[in-house]
Formats: sequence, C-alpha cells, structure tokens
Amino acid sequence: MHNLNPEDFSCPLPIMEYETIQLAHGSGGRLSAELVSRFFLPRFGNEILNRLEDQAVVDFPQGRLALTTDSFVVDPLFFPGGDIGDLAINGTVNDVCMSGATPLYLAAAFILEEGLPMATLHRVLLSMEKAARAAGVRIVTGDTKVVNRGCCDKLFITTTGVGRVPEGVNISAANLRVGDRIILSGTIADHGMAILTSREGLSFASRVQSDTAALNGLVAQMLQASPDIHAMRDPTRGGLATTLNEFASSSRIGIMLEETAIPVRPEVRGACEVLGIEPMYVANEGKLVGVVPAEVADRVVGAMRNHPQGREARIIGEVVADDPGLVVMRTALGAHRIIDMPVGEQLPRIC
Amino acid sequence: MKFVDEYRDPALAGRLLTEIRQTVIHPWVVMEICGGHTHAIMKNGLDQLLPAQVELVHGPGCPVCVTPVETIDRAVAIAARPEVIFTSFGDMLRVPGSVSSLFMAKSAGADVRMVYSPLEAVALARQNPAREVVFLAVGFETTAPGNGMALLQARREGLTNFSLLASHVLVVPAIRGLLSSPSNRVQGYLAPGHVCTVMGWQEYEPLAEKFGVPIVVTGFEPVDILAGLLMVLRQLEAGRHEVENQYGRSVSRQGNPAAQRIMAEVFAVSDRAWRGIGVLPASGLVIRDHLAAYDAERKFDVETISVRESELCKSGSVLQGLIKPDSCPAFGRECTPEHPLGATMVSGEGACAAYYKYHGMRHA
Repeated sequence: MHNLNPEDFSCPLPIMEYETIQLAHGSGGRLSAELVSRFFLPRFGNEILNRLEDQAVVDFPQGRLALTTDSFVVDPLFFPGGDIGDLAINGTVNDVCMSGATPLYLAAAFILEEGLPMATLHRVLLSMEKAARAAGVRIVTGDTKVVNRGCCDKLFITTTGVGRVPEGVNISAANLRVGDRIILSGTIADHGMAILTSREGLSFASRVQSDTAALNGLVAQMLQASPDIHAMRDPTRGGLATTLNEFASSSRIGIMLEETAIPVRPEVRGACEVLGIEPMYVANEGKLVGVVPAEVADRVVGAMRNHPQGREARIIGEVVADDPGLVVMRTALGAHRIIDMPVGEQLPRIC
Repeated sequence: MKFVDEYRDPALAGRLLTEIRQTVIHPWVVMEICGGHTHAIMKNGLDQLLPAQVELVHGPGCPVCVTPVETIDRAVAIAARPEVIFTSFGDMLRVPGSVSSLFMAKSAGADVRMVYSPLEAVALARQNPAREVVFLAVGFETTAPGNGMALLQARREGLTNFSLLASHVLVVPAIRGLLSSPSNRVQGYLAPGHVCTVMGWQEYEPLAEKFGVPIVVTGFEPVDILAGLLMVLRQLEAGRHEVENQYGRSVSRQGNPAAQRIMAEVFAVSDRAWRGIGVLPASGLVIRDHLAAYDAERKFDVETISVRESELCKSGSVLQGLIKPDSCPAFGRECTPEHPLGATMVSGEGACAAYYKYHGMRHA
C-alpha cells in the first residue's frame, strides 16, 4: 500500500500549467509570477518576503553583523538523511552561527534547469521550509533563474545569511592559545559517506545517513556555558583534518589529537575502509569543532551533551606549542602522525 | 568492526613490539614490497615504535607509482578522442604524464570518469553503445583477475565498445630484480598479502632458497605487519630463510585457482618497463592476441613518444629501497603532492606521498 505522508496532505503539489520547469518560468513574466506565488510564497511566506520588493528591508538589532553566503550543488539532490533543501538552509545557518551569531534572515537564489520536474522543486522547497522553521530563521528575499537544459544539473541553490554577534563574543580561527582544548560535537564523516555511498549504490552502506542539521541551538547553549570560546567551525568540505589545519596555521600553534577520541559510526567506518577513504577528510554537515580554554572545557562539553546535536560531544585534543602550524595525531598504538591538508578533489559536488 | 578491530588492538600490538625488541640482536634491513604495507606502517607510525636495529625500506609495490609515463601519455591521448569514455580508478587520474594527467585532460574536455570497479566500466559500455569505453587496467596480480573478468564479461555480452588499456605488473620478477642488484641491502621481505591471496606463495619459495632471504606473507593491519615482521626477524636471527604465512585468514599456498585461470586466459607474460626502475624481464602482463579487439593499445593507434622524466626525481632509488623518500633533495621542496615530480609522490600508496602525508616536512 502507498505510504501516506501527512505532509503530502497539508502541502499538495500546486496545480500548474506545466509539470516541468520551462524557460518561461525564469522570464519575469506570467509564468515566473505564478511560480513565485504558487510555489515559493506558500513555503517561505512571511510579511517581509510577501511584499515582493526587489530587496528585503528588515529591522536589525544593534551590534555586529555576521554575513555569509554559500552555494549548493550537491549530487544527488536527495540522499539518505537529507536533501539539497535542508542542506542549503543548515549550511548557511551554521556558517553564520560559527561566529557565535544568532542567525536572523536568509536570502535564497535558485538556478533551475529547464525540464526539472515541478514535483522535485516542490519537495526541495518543503524541506527548506521545514529546516528554516527548525532553525528559527526566515527567508526574506530570493531570486529564481531558469537555464537551458544541460546548462546546470537540475537545481542549484545559493543561500545568504545574516545574524547578530552577541557582545563579548570574539570567535576566530586565529584565537587558539596553547593549552586550549579541542571539542568535537559528535561523529565525523557521516555526510560525505552518505553522499558517496548513495552515489555509488553501495548496498552494504545503506544505513549511512547524512548528519545535516542546524547548529545554532547548540552554539547558543555553548555560549551560555561559557562566552569564552576561542574558535569554532563546522568541518564541512575537507573534513575535520582541514578545519584543524586551518586553526593551526591561522593561530600559528600546534594541535595534538588523540586518535581513539574521535568517534566514527561503525557503518561509516566500514564504508570508509572499503573505499579507502580517511574519515578525517570527509565532509560533515551537522558537526562543529570548538576550541576553549582548558578551565571551561568540561563545562562546555557538559552543556553540549544536553543538546540533541551535541549528545556525543567530547574533548579530542589540545593546543600545543610544539610544531606550530601542524596537526599531529597520537595513534591508537602510541606513535605520532601528521594530519595534513588534503590534496586534490576527494569528492566533487558534496554540498 | 569485526575482522578489523582485532588486528588493530593496541594491547596485542604492544605485546608484539615487546617480542620484536626481545628477538632482535643484530641490525636488519627488511623491505615491505607492497604500497599498502607502506601506507599502514606510516599511518600507524609503526616505524617509530620499532627498535633502532630494524630498518624498514619501502618497495616498488605501488602500481600507480611504477606505471610508465608512456602509459599515462597513451591514456591521455586515448581519453582525448571524442568517441571515448575513459575510465580509471581515482589514483591514476592525478599521475603526471610527460605533458598532462587524466585530470588535466578531463578539464580540457575529455570524458574521463572515476570508477570503483572495472565492471562499472563494462556497464558504461552497455549503456553507451555509440561510445568507446576504455578502462585503465593497472596493478599487480591483485587487480589483474578482476580486470580480466571485466574483459571476459564484455565479450560474453557481445560488447564491441569496451577495451582495457592494460599495464599490469608482477611482484616476483620485481623482487628477483631487486635481489639480483649489486646494490641490494635488503635481508628479508614482507610479501604482499593481497597478491598472495590470488597467487599463493609457492612462487616465492625459489626466491627464498636462491637468495637466502626470509619472506613472510603479511596482512595489512598493524597487528598483521608487526606479526609478519616478528616472523622475518626470528628467521634472520636464527639464520633461516623460508617462506612463511602470517596472513592465514586470506592466503593459502596455492592461492585462488579461479582467479589464476582468468589471468592466464586473458593475459600473457611479457617484459615490462617500471617507472623509475627500467625494464624487468617477464614482469608484466599483456592482453593475449586472440583478445586484441579488447586491447585499447591495439584498438586505438596511438603513437608512442619516448619521454624524459624529471632529473631531480629520485623515485627509482626510493622504489628500490636505496634511499628513503626524505633523503631525496627534491622531497617537500620541488616535489610535493600538489606538484609531484614522480609517481611515488602522487599515489596514496607511494612511499614519498606516505612520508609527506604522515611525517610531513618534519624530517626533511
């Protein structure tokens, strides 16, 4: 029997003249207006977006602004644990909040390939709506373009986010100090391996799920435990290894990691083993790595563990004076090895 | 993870290291032939944990590293043809030829695709009857049966648009070449567990006998490598030179007869040039004449240009275990994974890349 999804009832696919995207949907004419009014506004509508001006005019609180932009070209559009829609919301929310900022508004731009099924677009928009609501952000302006078939692959999304950085918070990759503790919020390599295994059709790895999630709630909880967070990033493309190398080189310090402290789900590790991929270099979309002074580390980890996105938070290493610019790992056998930046493209179109 | 965790157990590794320390009296030079071993040694830092008397040198067992430049050039030339879908394992895409790599060919418009299995390439041939699908078949006896099977599968399906650009190499002639060299320093060998899974270890017995070296077939996890090394060192200290098998969970003396039959059906043994080493007699595999229709080298008439390698690159000496990667003057300077001068810096299994990745510039 067909599975009934309550969401299909509440948000049926709007009835449109065409079942697929036509070039005219990007023309600015009648079909464009129909696409906006029937597809986009019902999903994202709010009093700012509904004005349909060329720009969003918003109230903005006093203080410092965090601004970021990111493009999403993931292939496939739908993968275990998520899709391009929630990725586009969560990715930008996370980039804003890694500064400690509270994300407030998003802008979203869509490049659609002629012939894209309306049902596909609708499914992506539903997922964006849900992710934006979960993260507590509003999409206040946007744009849609349609390109000839073959000029883009189905659907690309660019999201831009703004947020407010609280007073007294100063988070930067250049702020690491010797003695600081490195905190990881959970397992690594879930997103990248979910994409890779779904792309390669590896049936043994069907349980691998993307970790895509908005981290602003977790960040708020960390800042409440201690506003003295020195550095924070979400290790997306290039994985944990790349983020830590960026920290080491920006702050000109060394980082010593414990191999046994870094959690990898068994099914993810299995997929990595089979494909010969190192989890340290695989993308995450719902994890963060924070660097805090030793004296507040346990308090921050405790606060993180009270949040759904931080249940498996733990200290994975510390900042050291030796080997500035290098990330070194103590292996399970007690030897040392350098965790270098990755070379070349491990996996294109992962987000 | 079952069948992996047991072989990474730090307590067991610690006990083996203690036994190695207790066993070793004299200084010994042991070579791991296989790039998979080199990679595991560097990744786990095993070389740092061994007593000073034990020197590990890294052998020529990285197929990506020993593939001749001419083969890369030929691959690039074939990939550039508009009718061709060129497929390869990921490692080979970045290997520099004399002017270009497959990655560079791809960005210049060639249809180059990374696959995880030669059977994926056969599937592409099935789905694209109007195109020519070529698979770059490199590797030792480990990959040859799978690649041979893909060819036979294509023939069974009547696909006429599938071919292999084959550059397979054999382990035993390489060890014989190294042992026959007047500059040889190696006194014992860790033999490659995956190659032996296919070939068994019978063919190593004459080598151990003739050259008086212990050879131990070894697996790829840290505990495997330490156990294999302990077996070699025990033999060396006792003055024995036998072939022993540490990798019993995968390898038998006879190997895998079905895989050997496919290899014999598809490939004939020939002389082969090894990048950085030169021509070794009877050390490679070529596609048999009656299967010439599946041989990309014969199907596409590509002119062979003889090429010169960088004079700075000492990968030949590295591959023969004469120098360590970080003793090469170009290591980490002119030659890095981003700008490799030789293939040993390209492949994940290459000794230079493994040194760079896991030891970085610390020792340079």
